[in-house]
Amino acid sequence: MTDTVNEKASPEPSSRFGDRDAVFGDSPEGTDVWQRVPYNPDDYGPVKDFATDFDHADRQYNPNAPEVWKELRESGCPVAHSDRYGGMWVPITHDMVHEVAYDTDHFTSRAVVPAVGRPGDLAMPAPVGGVPPISSDPPFHAMARRPLLPPFAPKQIEPWEDEVRVLCRHLLDEMGDITPGESVVDAAIDYAQNIPVNVIGRMLGFPEKDEALFRQFVHDAMERIDEEPGTQNGLDDLGKYIGEQIEDHRNNPRDDLTSYLMNVELDGNKLSDDHVGGSIILLLVAGIDTTWSAIGSSLWHLAQNPADRKRLIDDPEVMTFAIEEFLRAYAPVTMGRMVAKDHDFNGCPMKKDDWVLLPFPAANRDPKQFEDADKFIIDRKENRHAAFGLGIHRCLGSNLARLELRVAIEEFISRFPNFELAGDTRWSVGQIRGPRELPVRILAD
Amino acid sequence: MQIYLDAEKCQGHNRCYALAPELFDVDDYGQAVLILDGDVPAELRDKARLAASNCPEYAITITQES
Ligand code: HEM
Ligand code: SF4
Repeated sequence: MTDTVNEKASPEPSSRFGDRDAVFGDSPEGTDVWQRVPYNPDDYGPVKDFATDFDHADRQYNPNAPEVWKELRESGCPVAHSDRYGGMWVPITHDMVHEVAYDTDHFTSRAVVPAVGRPGDLAMPAPVGGVPPISSDPPFHAMARRPLLPPFAPKQIEPWEDEVRVLCRHLLDEMGDITPGESVVDAAIDYAQNIPVNVIGRMLGFPEKDEALFRQFVHDAMERIDEEPGTQNGLDDLGKYIGEQIEDHRNNPRDDLTSYLMNVELDGNKLSDDHVGGSIILLLVAGIDTTWSAIGSSLWHLAQNPADRKRLIDDPEVMTFAIEEFLRAYAPVTMGRMVAKDHDFNGCPMKKDDWVLLPFPAANRDPKQFEDADKFIIDRKENRHAAFGLGIHRCLGSNLARLELRVAIEEFISRFPNFELAGDTRWSVGQIRGPRELPVRILAD
Repeated sequence: MQIYLDAEKCQGHNRCYALAPELFDVDDYGQAVLILDGDVPAELRDKARLAASNCPEYAITITQES
């Protein structure tokens, strides 16, 4: 394993959002930020055995993930392993996922996206990490998280409902004339993928025309993890783009999340530009493909289950429970950790700097935690699902995500009470699981 | 019936506030706050149980059934 962290240089403060380092992926040779795991494309590609050669970027993983987890569980392998990415462990039971999420001593959040390039001890600006608070560990995590909590608390999010609804209706209108029984729309491309990016862009006060750019950033950060380090160009531009937005907000302050972050005080000090920019990157990456995937998977389910569609229409009260069941059964987000120090984890000899995947979606299908775990029960009454994580990193955007998911489903089924799959669904690659192409045929009411 | 909310365990998933707003409020940081101190009235007991059994962090407990 190579470890080429340059001991002396750590990044200049406030330089990241000027004209230099990429934040994700491998930075160019000679910079101090990322170590290179030796990369041989032949080491990647199709997986033969998920127990010993796990790779969530295998193109067959996301389409078949529930079966993969089931096989691992039934074969008596609760912790899969892989030599890919320089070494990675994947615990799949609810108990173990819970244990890792809570054990911040042995598992650091310094990096949460296992990929071919990975950060060394000095890689992330101390103490909060590159994209606070998701990259922060205790005790600094609480400090980095605190200023972000108020804008995403339930009562601040509730007023966005009308705007989300107008947006969803607009997207449905844009689908044009619909001939029931014939018209096919893409529920991922024409609908789901446009919702979260628009909302977070508006909250941040970024130009609407840049939505496609944000999606490209997210794609580069999350879906190209098994490619040659340094080739994810979209990300190189992200720091620069956000630097420009911060500058624009400095010159023209306004009532939005970016200005809020630039002015909020922590112990009497404003946040550095690096901190503000890092949190903005996080909001873009964490908020976009996650919610888009949740909306898409829910519509994918509804396309195949007319009884559940009918129940939602006849009994709107069930929505509170249905949303949580969509989130449980089709949880879109798997997170990563790095092993902070050598550790015997339930008999697995984990080494410092190994990756650990935290598949919350697998935990959500653990039969020890949920009755009929592989069954979708639209009014499941007891549902302590972990779709938004467990412990201190609980999804900051969960209230917004729930709102978007609920309104998106309500509006879709109210416009199109009947629809079915019309061709192949294409699933995402990597840690965020959801449909990227989802053609559905609209049927008569 | 009595319910107890462990503020140390609560991570602000807000399931309780969504399911039983008569019993739980949220503060400006999204952390749950118990509105009601003491005995849970009969008509809210099902909701209290529902909130407790949906908290992902096991922060809510029914301390005294009745
Ligand atoms: C259905 C949609 C979503 C799901 C399933 C989801 C899931 C998650 C999960 C599992 C974590 C925990 C990460 C960890 O343990 O390392 C997380 C963290 C986070 N999420 Fe989400 N997320 C969603 C939507 C959003 C949205 C819409 C936003 C904001 C606009 C957002 C912002 C964040 C932030 C800032 C964190 C980091 C919190 C921290 O480290 O303290 N997420 N999310
Ligand atoms: S459901 Fe649990 S974690 Fe969530 S706000 Fe209520 S008490 Fe806190």
